[in-house]
Amino acid sequence: MVESSIKMSLKNKTLVKLNNAGFRINEKWLVQGVSLHVERGKIITLIGPNGSGKSTTAKIALGIYKKIEGQVEKYTNKIGYVPQKISIDWTLPLRVKDFMSLTESLEEEKINEALSLTGVIHLKDKNLGDLSGGEFQRVLLARAISKKPELLVLDEPVQGVDFTGEIALYELIKKISEELNCGILLISHDLHTVMSATDHVVCLNGHVCCSGSPIDVAQNSEYKALFGDQASQTLSIYEHKHDHIHTSEGKIKKN
Amino acid sequence: MLDDFFIRALFAGIGIALVTGPLGCFVVWRRLSYFGDTLAHSALLGVTIAYSFELNIAISVFVISAIIALLLVNLQKKTNLPGDALLGLLAHSSLAIGLVVIGFLSFIRFDVMGLLFGDILAVSLNDIIIIWIGGAIILLVLRLIWKSLFASTVNYELAEAEGLNPDKAKAIFTILMAAIIAISIKMVGLLLITGMLIIPAAMARNISNSPQQMILFSVIGGLLSVIIGLFTSLEFNTASGPSIIAASLFLFILSLLKIKQSIKLKN
Repeated sequence: MVESSIKMSLKNKTLVKLNNAGFRINEKWLVQGVSLHVERGKIITLIGPNGSGKSTTAKIALGIYKKIEGQVEKYTNKIGYVPQKISIDWTLPLRVKDFMSLTESLEEEKINEALSLTGVIHLKDKNLGDLSGGEFQRVLLARAISKKPELLVLDEPVQGVDFTGEIALYELIKKISEELNCGILLISHDLHTVMSATDHVVCLNGHVCCSGSPIDVAQNSEYKALFGDQASQTLSIYEHKHDHIHTSEGKIKKN
Repeated sequence: MLDDFFIRALFAGIGIALVTGPLGCFVVWRRLSYFGDTLAHSALLGVTIAYSFELNIAISVFVISAIIALLLVNLQKKTNLPGDALLGLLAHSSLAIGLVVIGFLSFIRFDVMGLLFGDILAVSLNDIIIIWIGGAIILLVLRLIWKSLFASTVNYELAEAEGLNPDKAKAIFTILMAAIIAISIKMVGLLLITGMLIIPAAMARNISNSPQQMILFSVIGGLLSVIIGLFTSLEFNTASGPSIIAASLFLFILSLLKIKQSIKLKN
């Protein structure tokens, strides 16, 4: 116990850090004023309604958006990413196993292991274009974990996966974070999962509405305003009640 | 007996096909065929400049095509015009300027047909050296940027997020396109270079199911096209470029038969 805590303190625990970060296209802010950091072995979850800037925040953290406001500090280059939307051009003949070693060459063994973990080893030689949405999602997750990254960024990683698969994959994600001791930045609509598996929740709505441990956030009045008063009991997103309103520039105006 | 000029053309053609195979696959995957056309058209300007100042054609074409490519990238950022309009603008205006300049160069004997459609008689030993050394450099650079270029061809954001460098790879690939056009212009002719890039790759797409396989078939297709095309050219006294492209079209049609067969098997 003592040994491990010494080891932890020796290592740089922070993997990526956003400091007052924001991104805009022309004059429209997609998100602004986001500060968060992802540490080794921790799961940080972003929640918020559609268009609240969750994916944008993930892309800022990943360095996909370059002209940003504020600062991003990245302390690792071993990153696995599952994007929310992915469009792949089918003029390219690509099998699942080719896709697996897209950004890093992998041994056969590692590919097999990752595909088995997400339950799609039987699709290894199939053409990527022939997969169903849920199958493709499992392949995406397998690809992201196969290279044993230090930082995993998962943007709605289980969309389109069947119900039992969804639970199994979330369990897998939790297991991976423990086994690899990697940091995970997760974007999820599933509040149940968020509440049970996450270390830290950031609630977004164009800016950070509130953040903290799941329990803290669930009791936060802004969270209740955003997700409804009974958000811990139910999954549906409620009408948008706020103690502040957003102007067209995305600025916050208190009522 | 085969004549010397024919052996030279064969060597040159084989060197070109080895390079257009892999590059052509990327042109098809990244949907760059009109981009290739634009660079090829601008090559005429490069050729006329080479004649005016007595420069090496390959080097002059390479420089002009690279400048046009960079111009295009810049215009794409600065204007709101769609990509294809910009491509058309640059392609036709550089072609036009090239032709106007040719008009002024009436004192030089100028084989415009050879320039447009290729001329095997024109291939010198010097050209072969340029093709093989230039080709080797192109392939080497392609090998170096392969991971970033391929990953970003599949998905830009994945490549960018996971520590590769797609923007740099794209810029370098643009330069490689200018280089392949520069070294193959004498042989294939500037109107048909894009065909040499695309048709073998398209043929390969029909019969392959992995990227590596597609590149291999594309190279083989290119080599066969060059060999068949050149022998036809010799036999029937046709221009070398069109003969090579016609041969590659023939191979493409053959590859369609394979698709038909596999659809039958599926049913």
